[in-house]
Order: sequence, then structure tokens, then C-alpha cells
Amino acid sequence: MADRNKVQFKINGEHRVLELDSRTTLLDAIREHAFLTGTKKGCDQGQCGACTVHVDGERVLSCLTLAAQVDGRNVTTIEGLAQTDGTLHAVQAAFVEFDAFQCGYCTPGQIMSAVACIREGHTGSDDAIREYMSGNICRCGAYPHIVTAVRTAAARLQEGKV
Amino acid sequence: MRAFDYVRSSDINTALQQSGLPETRFLAGGTTLLDLMKSGVERPARLVDISHLQGLNDITVVSDHIHIGASAKMSHVAAHAQIQSQAPVLSEALWRAASAQIRNMASIGGNLLQRTRCTYFRDPAAYPECNKRNPGSGCAALNGINRNHAVLGGSDACIAVYPGDLAVALVAFDATVFIRGATDRQVAVDDFYRLPSNRPDIENDLSVGEMIVGVEVPVVPALKNSHYLKVRDRASYEFAAASAAVGLEFEDDGHTIKDVRIALGGVGTKPWRARQVEHALIGKPFTEKVLRDAARYAVDGAQAREHNGFKIVLAPRVIARALMTVGGLV
Ligand SMILES: Cc1cc2nc3c(=O)[nH]c(=O)nc-3n(C[C@H](O)[C@H](O)[C@H](O)COP(=O)(O)OP(=O)(O)OC[C@H]3O[C@@H](n4cnc5c(N)ncnc54)[C@H](O)[C@@H]3O)c2cc1C
Ligand code: FES
Ligand code: FES
Repeated sequence: MADRNKVQFKINGEHRVLELDSRTTLLDAIREHAFLTGTKKGCDQGQCGACTVHVDGERVLSCLTLAAQVDGRNVTTIEGLAQTDGTLHAVQAAFVEFDAFQCGYCTPGQIMSAVACIREGHTGSDDAIREYMSGNICRCGAYPHIVTAVRTAAARLQEGKV
Repeated sequence: MRAFDYVRSSDINTALQQSGLPETRFLAGGTTLLDLMKSGVERPARLVDISHLQGLNDITVVSDHIHIGASAKMSHVAAHAQIQSQAPVLSEALWRAASAQIRNMASIGGNLLQRTRCTYFRDPAAYPECNKRNPGSGCAALNGINRNHAVLGGSDACIAVYPGDLAVALVAFDATVFIRGATDRQVAVDDFYRLPSNRPDIENDLSVGEMIVGVEVPVVPALKNSHYLKVRDRASYEFAAASAAVGLEFEDDGHTIKDVRIALGGVGTKPWRARQVEHALIGKPFTEKVLRDAARYAVDGAQAREHNGFKIVLAPRVIARALMTVGGLV
């Protein structure tokens, strides 16, 4: 890194340069410095998945990542999933269709996790979905609908229907 | 969190030099270190980010050994086709650990060095006593809520469990840790981890200025016929209440045990090789009774505290079940 406090990365395709204290997590950089508040802070300790984002296409926890660690990388948050005309991503649409939330606090993390889970090919059965989505806790217990939404979105994406 | 300097290293030698400074820690995935910095357990003045080092994330599977670079991610190793087919226990110990997100972040080197999940260790604000954090201050777990504490390998100074899964599989199969520092050296994973005795703050054999560069597992027939059974309070995203890494090789008759490997997780202060059980099984016929009789040796000398006696009952059952699974009895 050229400057210890300067972090450059792409967030949802947009190039950003942020001046940050070295202690700043990726989660706080996204919410407090890039002002993208879709990504949620649940536990801040790696235990709930609410802060899930993609770094270079892989799902990670932004609360246990230092912003400095993603210097030069591509970050995608929930705000980066829909198309520019507002058309929702297939996973977002399925969450709405199947009512896969109650309070909605865990939802951005669930959706980011689900998009990656489908891409990884870990949606072959409901058991596989439950196992590979286990890093996203839902205190409202919307799990049955979440599984339905993920299963349906995965099938639609595979059939190329969306 | 205490303020720190962050530096990124692109080659191993520079990283080693940088790490020689006082109060410096390597940063790999950060899933242990950053978590503990937030709670004040770790207070480094300087982080050396080694996650971008070149050449440390290779996975090599050849006829006589498997080598995994220290920077390889848990998820990549778990999904590696040859590891899945040649060493299922390694893949299973990895994908049954943590969550998909954490496995994408966490490195194999960092995984070996993860710290205990003892709630007293992890909460310095509420519990000043902890011999691991602050030698000589006492142990709040001995008379506390110790349901998830060790029944094997503990001392009057510390009963914190070693929480990792991968190291259990590595210990069962005689793996070696590759270390680079002033000199290059290798140490058996079983010797790498220390028992707490009266110095629970010293957890392993690594010295300041040394880096883990990889682990190597010798290929033996039992590795191909191996399994990791993890029993826990919830089905996923949870540490083990008790786990077993096992492998099995039969004589040509198909039912006499020729080689067997067993190590336990979630019950010991370090990954726990069950050699007495292995010795009792070699040359014996593979039946449920033989397995259950032998598995009891695993908890010889185990010491229960107020809340964790169930682990002494559970651990032999986990061994028996894991072996019955690889041996085709369940
Ligand atoms: C919610 C949660 C659940 C979890 N569940 C499980 C589980 O079920 N099973 C399991 O096994 N683990 C589990 N873990 C632990 C996780 O696997 C570890 O945190 C992870 O493997 C550590 O790797 P890392 O690369 O993130 O290490 P870091 O946090 O970057 O580093 C850990 C330590 O190792 C040092 N270090 C890192 N790399 C090297 C190196 N190459 N050489 C020398 N020193 C080095 C660092 O200085 C630091 O002290 C869980 C973690 C969390 C947060
Ligand atoms: S906020 Fe990151 S895992 Fe809970
Ligand atoms: S919808 Fe409320 S936490 Fe999941």
C-alpha cells in the first residue's frame, strides 16, 4: 500500500479512494465512509453473517475484514445486485416472492450469501442449502422461506429464465 | 481497539523481517486475530498482512504426500477434487468448520493458530482472571461454566479446549508443519501443540519471527478411507462438542484391522491422538463390540469438571460411530 491510510477499491463497480484509520473494518468503510447502509452490522464478531459482501466474487464477512485488506479489490454489496434500471436480481426477486424475511435485518446478508451459494453450486438439495447458508443467522426464524427462495432462484438461474 | 500500523508484504523474507519487531502479528484471513483485537485479547502495535504473499497457496497431491500452502483458503482446500477423493477427512474437517464466508477468508496457517473459544479467555473486560491471557492471574473456567472445556490434557492452570477441526485430522495422520524463520524447520503437528501445564499462554512451538509456510500429510492407505465426524449443539456453524478424525485399512480378508487412525477434537486442550485405542484395535476383527470396547481407552485419565462430564461419555461414542461409518457398519 502506498499510503497506509489510503485505501482504493471498487465498490459495486465504482472506483473509490477512502482515507481511513487502519482499524476501520470493511463493514464500517462501506456503511460510514461509502454511505452504503444496505450491508448490516449484527454481531460485529463473525457470528451472524449480516455483514456478508463479495470480495472479488467470493462471499466474506466485512466485519472481520480490515478495509486495508481489500485495497485493489472489487467489493460487491447488496446495492450492487440489481440492474441499473432497477430490475431485481433473481435472488432478490425470490426473497420478495416467497416472503423470505420478517424484520429484514438479516436479509441483505442472506441474499449476498445466497447469490454466492448458488454460484458455488451448493444448492443441490435443501440440506445442502441449509448447510451452506448456515453462516447467516435469522433471529426471526424465516429459514423455511429462505430455503424456498434460494432453491427457486437457483433453479431459475440454472434454467436461464432470469 | 488499540491503534496499529498496517503493512503489507509481498515476499516472505520481508514479512519475516517485519514480524521480528516487537508487538507485531501476521495477519492472514483475520477471522481469529481481528475478532480478538476487537475484544482486547490481542493488542498488537503492528500487523504484517501476509495474505498477498506469492507461492504460499499451492495445494499439491502426489503419490506419497499432500502439501498445502499456509495461505490456501479453507474453502479452496475443502473443495479440492484430489483432497476430496484422496483424503476425505481433510475436506470434511474443513467444510464442517465455521461458515462458507469464514472459510473463504481463513487460511490454513491461521486455522492451525486459532485461539480457544473459552468465554473467559475471550472477555478480558468481564474476567480479569485468565492464565492464558495473563499468566498467574488464575482460571475463571475451573469453577465457572465449563461445559465446553477440556476433559483431556487440562491442568489446574487452564482447561481451555483447542477448538479447531483441521488440526485434529492432521494429528491423526501424522502431518508435519513447515516453518520458516532464521532457519527452515519441520515439526510434527502433534508436537507443535503444547499442553497447558503451568504455562497455558504458550500454546505451540512457534517462535517470534517464525512463519508457518505449509503443512504436509503423508499418504497412507487409511487416508483414502477416512472420515471426520463432528458432534455439536447445532447442525452447522458451531464448534465441536466432540469430534473424531478417523481412517481405516483392512487386511486382505476385508475385516481384520490392519491400520487405524484416531484423533479427537472438542475434548482436549490440544488435538488429541487416541493411540491407546489404535493399539487396541490393530489386528482385531472389525465389529461394533470390538470398536466400542476399545474406544473407551480414549478417555483414560479424563478429568470432568462441574459441567463437562458428558464429553467423557460422548467421545468414545463419536469414535465408534466414525469408525463404523468408514468401515461400512452404519
Ligand atoms: C464464528 C466463527 C466460527 C468458527 N467456527 C470454526 C469451526 O467450527 N471450526 C474451526 O476449525 N474453526 C472455526 N473458526 C475459526 C476459524 O477457522 C479461524 O479463525 C481461521 O481458520 C483463522 O485463519 P485466519 O487466516 O483468519 O487467521 P488470522 O486471524 O489471520 O490469524 C490467526 C493467528 O495466526 C497468526 N498467523 C496467521 N497466519 C500465520 C502464518 N502463516 N504463520 C504464522 N502465524 C500466522 C496470526 O498472527 C494470528 O495470531 C470459527 C471462527 C469464527 C469467527
Ligand atoms: S456482523 Fe459480521 S458476522 Fe455478524
Ligand atoms: S428477518 Fe429478522 S433476522 Fe432474519
